[in-house]
Amino acid sequence: MECAVDRVLVIACGALAHDLVRVRDANGWDHLDFQCLPAELHNRPEKIPRAVREKIQQARGRYREIFVAYSDCGTGGELDRVLAEENVERLPGAHCYEMFAGSRTFNELQEAELGTFYLTDFLARHFERVMVRGLGMDRHPELRDLYFGNYRKLVLLAQLDDADIERRAREAAEFLGLDFERVVTGDSGLDSALRVRMGVAENAA
Amino acid sequence: MSEEYYEDDIDLASLPDDELVEQMHDDLYDGLRDEIVEGTNILLGRGWAATRVLDEALVEGMRIVGIDFRDGILFVPEVLMSANAMKGGMEVLRPLLAETGAKPIGKMVVGTVKGDIHDIGKNLVAMMMEGAGFEVIDLGIDNPVENYLEAIEEHQPDILGMSALLTTTMPYMKVVIDTLVEKGIRDDYIVLVGGAPLNEEFGKAVGADAYCRDAAVAVETAQALVAQRRAAA
Repeated sequence: MECAVDRVLVIACGALAHDLVRVRDANGWDHLDFQCLPAELHNRPEKIPRAVREKIQQARGRYREIFVAYSDCGTGGELDRVLAEENVERLPGAHCYEMFAGSRTFNELQEAELGTFYLTDFLARHFERVMVRGLGMDRHPELRDLYFGNYRKLVLLAQLDDADIERRAREAAEFLGLDFERVVTGDSGLDSALRVRMGVAENAA
Repeated sequence: MSEEYYEDDIDLASLPDDELVEQMHDDLYDGLRDEIVEGTNILLGRGWAATRVLDEALVEGMRIVGIDFRDGILFVPEVLMSANAMKGGMEVLRPLLAETGAKPIGKMVVGTVKGDIHDIGKNLVAMMMEGAGFEVIDLGIDNPVENYLEAIEEHQPDILGMSALLTTTMPYMKVVIDTLVEKGIRDDYIVLVGGAPLNEEFGKAVGADAYCRDAAVAVETAQALVAQRRAAA
């Protein structure tokens, strides 16, 4: 029987939960557990480092390896400082958009239009809750232009080829008054990042 | 009569000055732009100087908003609505303040750095600095170093302010400061930096005079450093 200490824990942003489970199942990594923090922390990134540290400390000693499925995510290096103290690694890159799209594609998108706002499948599905209500645009519609007045385009970084998600993303673009583009990323960015970590975890076993 | 109806029914013009100012603090807190414009006009109509309306009604109201934002009681959407209300009042006061010919207490060039289109924080800082009596030259977003250099040459400000929201763009602040150093003009200006992913350590590392965590701190820091610089001159 497998004991907890043989298992690997991924402490993740809730926005990645579905994607992580999909990648785990596709690779047969049955010894991988996930603990997710609320995706709404995206709107208050200064709270991410402490929340991640608490999860790490709660799990310490109960897992063979702990990994954090966050990028820098607007913490300005604070998450890295916490993770260095805790001796835990995280996903590469500045944010999950870059991780999903890959640095090269992401940089090309940015160079093509600096005023690009990105959605992942998760954010497209939960746009109303996380973005509209989370940023107060339901209560104060005039905030839309304050937040998004400098943006020109919305890009859906699509992990799945899903018509419903695309429809929701198009509606989000329309709501924000932005042009729409869809770029299919699949799971390869997340898969590669986890593969690297799983390799380390296997070697440490 | 519901409380909501009662609240809606307040006739600002019927309130004595002290109660009107207090009501304006509440209206700023609630982000009620039309009411702030109305209250501003009423006070001016009663013979208040524009500077007094600005200081006692608007700036003081925003100070309260700033405290509750810092304490986590108010969040960004509410603060933006308050700022929008103050902007309404400022639009009434700005031409009157210009007419007084009062010398600004200092001058600031401020802009979001190259590669970054985020300006919410920068706009809040610009507005609060203006409210505190600074002349503000706002360069907008996505500014390469050349924009900053041209603006400081043209306007000769006391302060250069730079803002960034992205971890990927905030290092550009060092590019600007290093260029000032290369040109031998770094010490001619107070350099303030701000933005969500920054911190004090980053401000020191890039060679800024100070990191300002929010608009209220930016005003306090600017006032202190300008006074210090003038005393030393």
